[in-house]
Amino acid sequence: MKHPVGQEAIASKGWLSAHKYLLLRRFSQLTILSLFMLGPLFGVWVIKGNLSASVLLDTVPMTDPFVLLQAFAAGHIPETTAIIGALIITTGYFLVGGRVFCSWVCPVNMISDAAHWLRRKLKIRTSTKLSRKTRFWVLAMALILPIFLGTMAWELINPVSIFHRGVIFGMGMAWIILVGIFLFDLLLVEQGWCGHICPQGALYNLIGRFSPIKISATKRDNCDKCMDCFAICPEPEILKMPLFGESKGFGPLIKAADCTNCGRCIDVCSQDVFKITTILPRKAEV
Amino acid sequence: MSSKNTYQPRKMSRRQLITDASRGICGVGLLATGLAGYAKQSQSIAAQCLRPPGALSEEDFLAACVRCGLCVEACPYDTLKLGKLFEPVTTGTPYFDANIIPCEMCDDIPCQEACPTGAISPSLASIDDAKMGLAVLLDRETCLNTQGLRCDICVRVCPLMDEAITLEVERNVRTGHHAMFIPTVHSDACTGCGKCEHACPLPEAAIKVLPLELAKGELGKHYRWGWIEKDNAGGSLIDEVLDLPDRVPEGLQ
Repeated sequence: MKHPVGQEAIASKGWLSAHKYLLLRRFSQLTILSLFMLGPLFGVWVIKGNLSASVLLDTVPMTDPFVLLQAFAAGHIPETTAIIGALIITTGYFLVGGRVFCSWVCPVNMISDAAHWLRRKLKIRTSTKLSRKTRFWVLAMALILPIFLGTMAWELINPVSIFHRGVIFGMGMAWIILVGIFLFDLLLVEQGWCGHICPQGALYNLIGRFSPIKISATKRDNCDKCMDCFAICPEPEILKMPLFGESKGFGPLIKAADCTNCGRCIDVCSQDVFKITTILPRKAEV
Repeated sequence: MSSKNTYQPRKMSRRQLITDASRGICGVGLLATGLAGYAKQSQSIAAQCLRPPGALSEEDFLAACVRCGLCVEACPYDTLKLGKLFEPVTTGTPYFDANIIPCEMCDDIPCQEACPTGAISPSLASIDDAKMGLAVLLDRETCLNTQGLRCDICVRVCPLMDEAITLEVERNVRTGHHAMFIPTVHSDACTGCGKCEHACPLPEAAIKVLPLELAKGELGKHYRWGWIEKDNAGGSLIDEVLDLPDRVPEGLQ
């Protein structure tokens, strides 16, 4: 590797600008986690529950659509509160980008980012090949198993809900699963959990398929092919065509629903190639 | 954008498709088998883990509960907890151990109010009708009352005293001329709150609250009590018993 990822961006934009979205994401993840913990720790109840289902300010219900689909599959027709909550969450993530959940909210992102960072530091390049489509198979499994078992099998091991629940209600032995994911990502498969297996991310991927907010390589002509965005992106395949596909008729918009709108490509790019845009057509943009 | 220079993604060959699909199915199938085994085991009922008041039957509860912990946060007495990984109760689902903190039976049932999915069913109207479990005098050998003492604590702490637990008089065979007052639980009234188990003064409670599925027997649907049927019918439903002549062995005559 010629230099640490993002070195040029830091040199040209300054450290803060070159970490803007990373810092914003950490702020978002930790704020959400803290809001949930304010209640149990200090008796300040802004939001109750956890990421599976919660109530904001004692009025707005929110339900994770993934866990609610598992309940449906297990044969339970939930009360209206939970269904309204799932509609609110689904609409919200549809608007901002489905996998915004993965990069801005989900606590497991911090584990997988840490593993990815350590991978770059230790220069671990080996990675077992695993299809990025695996997550959709796992999603299918997570929604089919309850039909036969009558219980939400995936929720027994779902690290997303286990992590978030554990922080608020007590972790117990659940850290084993979290350490497992860290090591899996570090030593076995690069971006293994979030980028290949997690069915919750797969569902948010489906929700965000036609989201209006996307990242676009608007100034791709400026690209100096330093490849830092590929090194930092959790789903690097999606960058290829928007960046280099102009001759093949590809637009600069990163349309793939795999994109988590994490904005790290914007951070590490010294040429300001990327930008958050909406897919709504805008006039006279050159 | 004309169709001429539109990039067409490479078509996947049939061989590639079948290979990818079978890899996906095999890998995930293997994972599914392991997970299903774990899930099946987790469905077994843990004897010391009671569900919140109004919870659906264990089978339906596990299909309905999204493990959000809203009931736990609503519980004013910190009775409810969420099951952790590798604990006997299904990961993330709410339960309480009556021996540690029993249910205080709030009139407004805040845990039920908090449940967004109906896993704690809204159909429970009064906390007195709750069926969280059933108290059972499990060990009659150590219960102080069965030794003829008047401990009576479980009866006195019962929120439904003299309905859910009564003292039934039995003859004390040991002394021959005393009575024993045996704590006796009545399943139609017991809510399973666990106060009796919590209050039992023994180092290990003699009375324990068990999940209904473990504690309660069930009569055959076709069983009829003769004496009740007799009352209903206004008389015996069968002919009088034939009075045959007594045949006494000759030597005894």
